[in-house]
Amino acid sequence: MIKVLLFAQLQEEAQTDVIEIDFQEGTVTELKKILQSQFDFSQLSESMFAINEAYALEHDVVKSGDTVAVIPPVSGG
Amino acid sequence: MPSNYFEIVEDPIDTKDIIQKVEDRNAGAITTFIGTVREMTGEKRTIYLEYQAYKPMAEKMLEQIGQEINDRWPGTHVAITHRIGSLAIADIAVVIAVSSPNRKPAYEANEYAIERIKQIVPIWKKEQWEDGAAWIGDQLENVSYPTGKPETNGGDHND
Repeated sequence: MIKVLLFAQLQEEAQTDVIEIDFQEGTVTELKKILQSQFDFSQLSESMFAINEAYALEHDVVKSGDTVAVIPPVSGG
Repeated sequence: MPSNYFEIVEDPIDTKDIIQKVEDRNAGAITTFIGTVREMTGEKRTIYLEYQAYKPMAEKMLEQIGQEINDRWPGTHVAITHRIGSLAIADIAVVIAVSSPNRKPAYEANEYAIERIKQIVPIWKKEQWEDGAAWIGDQLENVSYPTGKPETNGGDHND
């Protein structure tokens, strides 16, 4: 099981800020496909992923117990 | 470096508190950047802004920016506080204070800090306009990241 945190537009589209997914081990790309099949996200392709609070690349591995954040383009400041 | 030099807060920011964090007997300069909420963006009138953050990661990224600055401009001290929640016109969203022995690094490092915030710190802004609302994407218009993720290893910022 992994916890997926959603922010900004993605949070509004999913109508929740956190979802739990039964996911044992796989890449960010694989997780992204699952998310896209379950939700109608408009910004997923331009979003970054973070695994346990560190930015991750598409081929990085997510394991059960991890917290993954989906990070749409940022706009602080 | 104490972690409270880099904070995400929900209450109004007192600029003096952030400046005090970087005061130093060997500093010859302190620069302060204050980011405020603007009413008019072109023809659009903002009513208020809503900032949201992934707080633990955002504070880590602010701290990383401080580290990058210490590496590039030795002898500097950096403090950054960003506010989240609902902000009215003219409210302060972010304060960056940099001290250094001489003035030039204080100016340069301060500008570097705000550019890096816009690249790597997970904070989002929802604009509530007179006629609607939208989450604002990347203000640097880097909608996709060329390297596959934000440059978090102190890479060059966009000028």
